[in-house]
Amino acid sequence: MANKSVWNDNRFWRRSATWVTGFASILLIWLTFDTSAQISMGTNEDLQNGVTKRVPGPTVINYKITYEMSAKRGHEVPVIGGNDGKGNSLFQEKEKFFGRDDWSEKEAREMLHLGKLGSQAKNCMDCHTLLGNGAYYAPDLTKAWLDPAWGPNGTMQAITNKPTKEEAMAEFLQHPELYATHARMMPNLGITKEEAIGLVAFLKHMSSIDTNGFPRNFGKMKGAINGK
Amino acid sequence: MANNHLTSESKQLATWYLTFAAILFGAQLLFGLIAAIQYVMPGFLYGILDFSIARILHINALVVWMVFAMFGSVYWLLPDETGIETIGIKAGKLVYWIFVAAIVVVVLVFLLIQVGPASDTTIWFITEGREYIEAPRWADFGIVVVALTFVGNLFLTGMKGKQTGIVTVLMADMIAFAGLYLAGMFFTDNISVDQYWWWWVIHLWVEATWEVFVGAIAAYGLITMIGAHRKVVEMWLWIEVAMLFGSGILGMGHHYFWIGTPEYWWEIGALFSALEPLPLVAMFVHVLYDWGKTQGAEMNSEHTDEGHVKSVIKNKPAFTWFVLNAFGNFLGAGVWGFFHTLPQINLYTHGTQFTSAHGHLAFFGAYATILVGMMYLAVQGKNGIKVMKNTKASIWAVSMITGGVMGMTVALTIAGYVQVIVSRAQMGATWAAYFDGQGGAWFTQAMDWRLIMGVITFLGFVLLAKDLLTTGKNPVHER
Repeated sequence: MANKSVWNDNRFWRRSATWVTGFASILLIWLTFDTSAQISMGTNEDLQNGVTKRVPGPTVINYKITYEMSAKRGHEVPVIGGNDGKGNSLFQEKEKFFGRDDWSEKEAREMLHLGKLGSQAKNCMDCHTLLGNGAYYAPDLTKAWLDPAWGPNGTMQAITNKPTKEEAMAEFLQHPELYATHARMMPNLGITKEEAIGLVAFLKHMSSIDTNGFPRNFGKMKGAINGK
Repeated sequence: MANNHLTSESKQLATWYLTFAAILFGAQLLFGLIAAIQYVMPGFLYGILDFSIARILHINALVVWMVFAMFGSVYWLLPDETGIETIGIKAGKLVYWIFVAAIVVVVLVFLLIQVGPASDTTIWFITEGREYIEAPRWADFGIVVVALTFVGNLFLTGMKGKQTGIVTVLMADMIAFAGLYLAGMFFTDNISVDQYWWWWVIHLWVEATWEVFVGAIAAYGLITMIGAHRKVVEMWLWIEVAMLFGSGILGMGHHYFWIGTPEYWWEIGALFSALEPLPLVAMFVHVLYDWGKTQGAEMNSEHTDEGHVKSVIKNKPAFTWFVLNAFGNFLGAGVWGFFHTLPQINLYTHGTQFTSAHGHLAFFGAYATILVGMMYLAVQGKNGIKVMKNTKASIWAVSMITGGVMGMTVALTIAGYVQVIVSRAQMGATWAAYFDGQGGAWFTQAMDWRLIMGVITFLGFVLLAKDLLTTGKNPVHER
């Protein structure tokens, strides 16, 4: 070739490709170490000592969880055990979960484990989204625990004839075909009572994960009914 | 296989892989239709083949037919590129049957058993319940064995034969492709950690290693179909590798906005994934540039007058699909991906039909197109055809499939828009908000249109299958 230059030299581009790929991969691996540390699951001790973790320990099910605006971060964050007024967790206010607010770390971990296994064994993500990932045939479950529909003024406790949110959820999971709210209804997946309790623990735990403000304005829209 | 013109065992194996890929492609569309019908008529097959199962089969058939077609494509081009028969082809053929048998078993289990109790046994033998890679753990190990054999074939052949730029890129790419699968083979109670690594498989396959694979296949196609200059094509290929991996690897950050991972992924994900369309533009420009250049050179050398210009394209239907790939990749992966890749927008579009619209057009534009093109190249080679012409069926097939997928994409985009406005922005993403969005007239009409367009896509597939199967007997092609 008469006009040989670096710009049409295959070796130059091959080396560039190698360097670029190597650099991007190393950066990704480095960020993975940092992220892994930040998203590792917390412990009961963390909760007792008031340490905010992006993914709290399983005993977070003993606490009241809300989803409120953080003044500092400019979006909603999970608030555990009460709000200090600025959107920081106080880790004080407890909330009974199936009648107890003193589930030990071991018990809570076992429930969460069963729930996470169940979420996979029943293919939840092939209709629902979890953390926004999955299928779009059914509602997102990221903050399902905080959904007003399951709260004291919501319809689900009345339909299932259960006195608490967690019992209503567990009942629904075992017999979804009996409590259908829409033509598109959840099928019976053979979920046992024990599995249902695990799944509810999994959902409550998931609602405490810091998702950087996703979803936005969850359950806060009181005025907007029927999209009007 | 009476009039089989293939002397290479590697190419024979390639036709096996591509044939099974085409069958799975059909299965993918069928289960997609079932899922689409369920959006319109929720009672359809309720309790028998629920949406979750139809969707599992829809998306897993998609991934597996593409993997089959990718393996087939590599077995097809290896003898051409390296100049030798693929080493260890007997082992390659053996694992092909293991792969097929494993898939049949997995599909039957999905269809007949569907779900299991919340236990490790379910994860090992029924379903792993993780989108796109639901196949149970035992099958994961089967896939690893198959992938290692395939990578072994590729490496042994590449190292002994002529190691062209295309083969070098494929070697590096395919080992990464196989290795990344390992990131999806573990269980954790921590859903954030689960999703973090799940994306290593899904994103780094689809938005990095698969894209590089497409670059390599496109390079091979340009050389074989229009006689493009290898040095130029391979230079482009290296530039594409740099751009694809440079943007795609850290572009993974756009999946780490909302899964519990730190905020810095907003900036990293936004920046690098916004760059992801660039190599796709480059690939499109490159295909057109090479086509124009070789056609121009042909015209100059032949001194033909405008009315009798001879086309340089040796396989019209395959080239049609390759050009469609160049544009579809840019439109589906690039434009539809960029729509919702910035965190400010993704906060509202994440987990809506927007993603589904992008998924349909991107998988089709970036991968289905070029792999169908490879099927046409294999049919050409198998039947000893010198110049393969378009037929009525090939033109109708490509038009109906492309029109159908484009129609589904537009319908799903409109459905996604309703979800973003009603369910997310207006009503705040609750259970009630979700169903309010789903019940809106714009949403339900969009779902009707998606089903209609899905049927058109499927009919196009039937024509495609007919065209591929009857090529051997069709006298229109130059032999």
